[in-house]
Amino acid sequence: MSAERGVLYRKWLDRMMLGMTTLCALIAIAVLLLILGYIAIRGASVLNWNLLTQLPKPIGETGGGIGNAIAGTLILIGLACLVGLPVGIFSGIYLAEFGHGRFGSTLRFLTDVLTGVPSIVIGIFAYTLLVLPMRRFSALAGGFALGVIMIPVVTRTTEEMMKLVPSTLREAALALGAPEWRAILGVVVRSAGTGIATGVMLAIARIAGETAPLLFTALGSRFWPRAIDEPAPALTLQIFNYATGPYEEWHRLAWAGTFVLVALILIINISVRWLTRNPYRTGH
Amino acid sequence: MKEPKDLTYGPGAPDMRAGVFSNIGDRIFRGVTLVFGAMIMTLVILMVAEMTRNSTLSFRQFGLGFLSHSEWDPVHERFGAWPFIYGTVVSSLLSLILAVPLSLGTAIFLAELARGKLSVAVAFLVELLAAIPSVTYGLWGIFVLAPFLRQYAEPALAAAFGFLPMFRGTPHGIDMLAGGLILAIMVTPIISAVTRDVLMAVPRTQREAALALGATRWEATKVALSYAKSGILGAVILGLGRALGETMAVTMVIGNRPQVSGSLFDPSYTMASVISNEFTEATSDLYRSALIEIGLLLFLVTIVVQSVARLLVWRVGRRLKEAKA
Amino acid sequence: MMSQFRKMDSQVPKVTSVKIETQQFNFYYGGHQALFDINLHIPEKRVTAFIGPSGCGKSTLLRSFNRMNDTIHGTRMAGRIWMDGLDICRPDLDVVSLRRRVGMVFQKSNPFMRSIFDNVAYGLKVNRLTRSRAELAERIEESLRQAALWEEVKDRLHTSALALSGGQQQRLCIARALAIKPEVVLMDEPASALDPMATQKIEELIAKLREQYTIVIVTHNMQQAARVSDYTAFLWIGGLIEFGPTNKIFTRPDQSMTEDYITGRFG
Repeated sequence: MSAERGVLYRKWLDRMMLGMTTLCALIAIAVLLLILGYIAIRGASVLNWNLLTQLPKPIGETGGGIGNAIAGTLILIGLACLVGLPVGIFSGIYLAEFGHGRFGSTLRFLTDVLTGVPSIVIGIFAYTLLVLPMRRFSALAGGFALGVIMIPVVTRTTEEMMKLVPSTLREAALALGAPEWRAILGVVVRSAGTGIATGVMLAIARIAGETAPLLFTALGSRFWPRAIDEPAPALTLQIFNYATGPYEEWHRLAWAGTFVLVALILIINISVRWLTRNPYRTGH
Repeated sequence: MKEPKDLTYGPGAPDMRAGVFSNIGDRIFRGVTLVFGAMIMTLVILMVAEMTRNSTLSFRQFGLGFLSHSEWDPVHERFGAWPFIYGTVVSSLLSLILAVPLSLGTAIFLAELARGKLSVAVAFLVELLAAIPSVTYGLWGIFVLAPFLRQYAEPALAAAFGFLPMFRGTPHGIDMLAGGLILAIMVTPIISAVTRDVLMAVPRTQREAALALGATRWEATKVALSYAKSGILGAVILGLGRALGETMAVTMVIGNRPQVSGSLFDPSYTMASVISNEFTEATSDLYRSALIEIGLLLFLVTIVVQSVARLLVWRVGRRLKEAKA
Repeated sequence: MMSQFRKMDSQVPKVTSVKIETQQFNFYYGGHQALFDINLHIPEKRVTAFIGPSGCGKSTLLRSFNRMNDTIHGTRMAGRIWMDGLDICRPDLDVVSLRRRVGMVFQKSNPFMRSIFDNVAYGLKVNRLTRSRAELAERIEESLRQAALWEEVKDRLHTSALALSGGQQQRLCIARALAIKPEVVLMDEPASALDPMATQKIEELIAKLREQYTIVIVTHNMQQAARVSDYTAFLWIGGLIEFGPTNKIFTRPDQSMTEDYITGRFG
């Protein structure tokens, strides 16, 4: 008797708990849609060509745009790539090809540590290393901070993608008399190229959205970016300033800026997903 | 053994011994990659060194009392980090309380319940939450979440649970609760993605063994969960590491008032927020040094937390590999 | 089709009754058909072995007897499997209570990451089959004795099951399956991952258990089938080629294909 009731209870619990997990997944997706929905509605309604191309207007005037901030973000990304890509890709190659020893595992561990360092701390680091000696905030310092954030992402993707390349390919090149370095660069890295490129794209998407490391490096500015040793505007800095400011007009610009930023990041993420999709993979 | 005298090398046989300059390309290449690898190492060491050097002023002045004093007075240059430590710890723990059940539920749904394309699609959408920039969460928090909390959620909580000190006080909307909620949303994709991977690595024979003994699907899932528990703990700690260091979104919604309050409806301040708000205003060396010391503290704590988390996740992975071998 | 049935019935001795009967049973993995029109009678309290080359569907058929294939995405079945007159293929079947009656031992031992005691207790606990701690301990001792493991583990019941040797782990899994007193025990190549000594222990165990349980064992090892089973079914690419008493299958099979396989001419 009681065993029968026990079975009924267990089945009820089974349905109930598995139903709860479905609910959890639905909540997570609902939150995403809620956030994206707000950005789409509030952002798209104010978006226009002038907004994307003009400088901000002085306080009190309506209109004006975030053109300088978009340009600044692109420049900062470019500077970050100059720092992040060579270090990231070459140390990724080192880890994949020569990183079997103790130095390799230490390096791997430190790369993981770097992934977890809060971006604000990277900002302080760039400040002490570049801003203090140069005695000025600069695009250079901002780009450097973002570059440091890129490094671990690019390193680990490069390593993992190179390890996926079948060793027969490398051996084929070596058997044809190619020196090792040419086999690695010409065959292994090239075969892993798409994978590495998607890793780089994701790293760019990540740093495009960073604010904290720019606060006291690039600083932000109301003008078009001019030189790399001067303060530079950035989309995220502008959003932060506008969002926390008191004016309705600023809030409008903050939503517009976020719309542009999130659109850029989502496009990168979705296209990477689409490019790397595997029709034979079904999740299990 | 006697050398056969009648065997001679042909006149055209090449000398195949390695000389000083052979394989020079390989050695250069290896050296170049090594140099870049060493750069990462230098960066991390430099980071610790620079931050230590720049925070010595504050450390000399306040010593260990820096951690326990709650006065933060830039005018008289008296600095204690306790309110920020408190705010960071409480907001992170609050976010875990909210995010862990949600993330585990989502991960179980993805690994045990949903199949095929549905699972892949839902997993992608949840991971997109991690791609949204911090400043966007902050903006959304200020203009959507905070008004909602102030007008509806917090008065309702106060009415229902007002007998608890944590739900007492004026509903601000911009407060500890908002900070915890925003952080919860931000760590959910990390915890659920790692948990899902750990669960999917549990051998299916574990679940089948339970099912074959008459367990329900939920009971078999519990077996998988207990098999993966240290990895799941690792996932949660990874989320904690992210929450501790998160800056912009929290800065924008937590209220930025250095106080230690038991109520979730009161504004608070975190270590990352105080750095982001006051660093450019820190005119004196001591002020800046105190802020850098907070940064160093944050750095060390997150390193420890991350290392523990990675060790746990990595150990589960290794054990599963051994079990499969 | 009916004539085939009758022929098989005549091979089953009258003293035993049929425990499981499959009727025109077909099984599909997505678009791939794995089993074709299987008609088979499994006698009660006897050992029945499924033999055949790998991929012939013997494991799939075995896993249909406790609906374990339900856990694999995209599988489908058609036809009937009767167990004591109940169709266990019907979609509204309570698979949980079916699996309580049908125990299973897997190819690779799969103890839970718990103590030896808790492994055996698992089925008893989830199904709430014992009323007291004392009764639980009693059932666990009984099961471990049945699985010939008691003497080896009685002093370390509360240590991790993963510390046992491979053969001990597999006997623990057998004890775990026996603890809930199933009527049928399915064994999916239970000794394939074990060394000869451990294999011998498992085989002795099967011989001992055949008095109390209906045992169905899948094996790729023909000598093992000949040693442990009373009846043998030979499957080949998803079809049942021949079924009968083991000594007949191994000495004078009706089908030349069976004979070729038994004598090692293919497979």
